[in-house]
Amino acid sequence: MFKFIVRRLLQLIPVLFGVTLLVFLMLHITPGNPAAILAGEGASQETIDNVANRLGLNEPLHMQYIYFVMDAIRLDFGTSWRTGMPVADEIGSRFWVTVELAVYSTILSVFIGIIAGVISAVRRYSFTDVGIMLLALFGLSMPNFWLGLMLMQWFAVQLMWVPASGWGSASQVILPVIALGTAGAAIIARMTRSSMLEVISQDYIRTARAKGTKERVVIYRHALRNALIPVVTVVGLQFGYLLGGAVLTETVFAINGLGRLVVDRIASRDFPVIQASVLIIATLFVFVNFLVDISYRLLNKRIDLD
Amino acid sequence: MTVENILEIKNLKTYFSLDKDRVVKAVDGVSYVVPKGKTLGIVGESGSGKSITALSVLRLVDEPGEIVDGEILFKGEDLVKKKVSEMRKIRGNQISMIFQEPMTSLNPVHSVGKQIKETLHIHEDLIRQEANHKALDLLKLVGIPSPEKRLTQYPFELSGGMRQRVMIAIALACNPELLIADEPTTALDVTIQAQILELIKELQAELHMSVMLITHDLGVVAETCDFVAVMYAGKVVEYADVDTLFESPKHPYTVGLLNSLPRHDIKMEELTPIKGMVPSPFEMPEGCRFAPRCPFATALCQEKLPDLEKKENGQEVRCWIYTDEWDGEEVKVYEPNATT
Ligand SMILES: Nc1ncnc2c1ncn2[C@@H]1O[C@H](COP(=O)(O)OP(=O)(O)OP(=O)(O)O)[C@@H](O)[C@H]1O
Ligand SMILES: [Mg+2]
Repeated sequence: MFKFIVRRLLQLIPVLFGVTLLVFLMLHITPGNPAAILAGEGASQETIDNVANRLGLNEPLHMQYIYFVMDAIRLDFGTSWRTGMPVADEIGSRFWVTVELAVYSTILSVFIGIIAGVISAVRRYSFTDVGIMLLALFGLSMPNFWLGLMLMQWFAVQLMWVPASGWGSASQVILPVIALGTAGAAIIARMTRSSMLEVISQDYIRTARAKGTKERVVIYRHALRNALIPVVTVVGLQFGYLLGGAVLTETVFAINGLGRLVVDRIASRDFPVIQASVLIIATLFVFVNFLVDISYRLLNKRIDLD
Repeated sequence: MTVENILEIKNLKTYFSLDKDRVVKAVDGVSYVVPKGKTLGIVGESGSGKSITALSVLRLVDEPGEIVDGEILFKGEDLVKKKVSEMRKIRGNQISMIFQEPMTSLNPVHSVGKQIKETLHIHEDLIRQEANHKALDLLKLVGIPSPEKRLTQYPFELSGGMRQRVMIAIALACNPELLIADEPTTALDVTIQAQILELIKELQAELHMSVMLITHDLGVVAETCDFVAVMYAGKVVEYADVDTLFESPKHPYTVGLLNSLPRHDIKMEELTPIKGMVPSPFEMPEGCRFAPRCPFATALCQEKLPDLEKKENGQEVRCWIYTDEWDGEEVKVYEPNATT
């Protein structure tokens, strides 16, 4: 196991390098000169050149990339071009808001998804099953920003049960988490259902019943434990989609998270902030998948560790 | 000689209704008894309903299978009428079952010890230490090498033969009165097969169990069973004690099975497999189900299904040849010295 963990950690390094390269290139091939945008409308060519010089934008591209990576390795992300504040300070608190949003949404989708999936599988082809699967299809096809807007319209604007925007209190958290977690819940429900159905027809389930085990115990102790093994992988991937989805949800609910920050700064070409944010989100995603890999192996004892 | 029967199956019918007009009559009027303390062997070709009958006894037939008629008397009480909660108290406790596939019959995510102790905890009021102790004793009983180590191991760490021993340990955990073994050795290699069968035989004597042993192998029957039921297409065609069956088999199907086996007690020139195939569940013959493959079949056999009738020595046979209605000439179904 230890060897496996070390090897997987080492594999993360090239992946993260790839991420830095992609972000860097994407920013630099986007049209629009950042120096011109920062200098403001109607600025003279001289001012623009000065700004570009100051930001290092006149250096050859590969040198710019090398500086970026060298600094990133030292966890130095520089200062924001737009506000002049250290990038670390700009990102700091916002990062935790996004993590909170993603974690709560994941918890919600795992919880609802697994319960719904198990119920569906146990009552296969029943009214309940068909109902749950229809709902899941609906939840899966609904864009999270649209669901967010609808929820806001009903529960915040019309019923006025909860505030329409912001982040912090439980009443503020609930709508964005539902908006963001629904698609995941739907995917996990479908996955759990099919996995459960496969497991339930296995020989060891019959063995469990032949022991005199209660049906509830057969389902949870014997079937679910096995059925969850493939589901864990989906949860890991889901977390990545949530980080992406957070951009839209944060915008809809005016939440001061990392996603919204990136969207803001893309408009003003604030390269340091964008690069650092994307790098952090990518690192988080890769790391979560690493954890999923480990737990997958812990759950599934049959897989050889090395 | 009268023997008390631990299990009496009477006219059991277990059907699978696939849809409105397609019903698989997997078990269609099966009757046989398991005498107390004895081993009943059940033989018959693949698909004859051996497993479904056994699963019916524990009421474990999967959907859409359903017991539609008949009685299963276990110590005189009808299991078909029992509530699910009452059945749970019998399963794994008074009646245990082991299955054909040791590789997949154990749960991959629980340790061997946990799986043995589960049965103990369901049926007996044990504290943890007692259960641990008993699980270890059971592993010793079924002859697993280094049993202490096995308790914490997972099924994937064990060979097929060892897993089947673990299955037997689980089955024996609560001293069942009846053990149903559904082809317990089919998936194992020959030397392990012999060991497992020997183990079951020993344990039966030691624990005074009755055993129902499903197998394809008449050789195994000859060695381990006291009685035999021969099944064909969802019905019992012959039932007898093992000596009678091998000395004077009556049903042409039984004879066919015997002739397709190498035997040591009589000289045979060649093995003669039974010709033809088992009828499809959707095209069951009107009369005797074996008639299409039977060398003696007459018009009567094609038209009417014979009953399972008692003959001397408690032998039962479902064949027109042994009735007064027989319309063919006199035939000798079984000639032991045919080829000497
Ligand atoms: N789930 C099911 N749906 C429909 N038919 C089934 C189902 N399970 C079993 N059957 C039918 O029941 C019949 C008897 O099956 P069973 O498993 O009892 O045979 P068997 O005598 O044990 O054969 P084998 O020696 O191969 O184990 C078969 O013809 C099979 O087609
Ligand atoms: Mg079978």
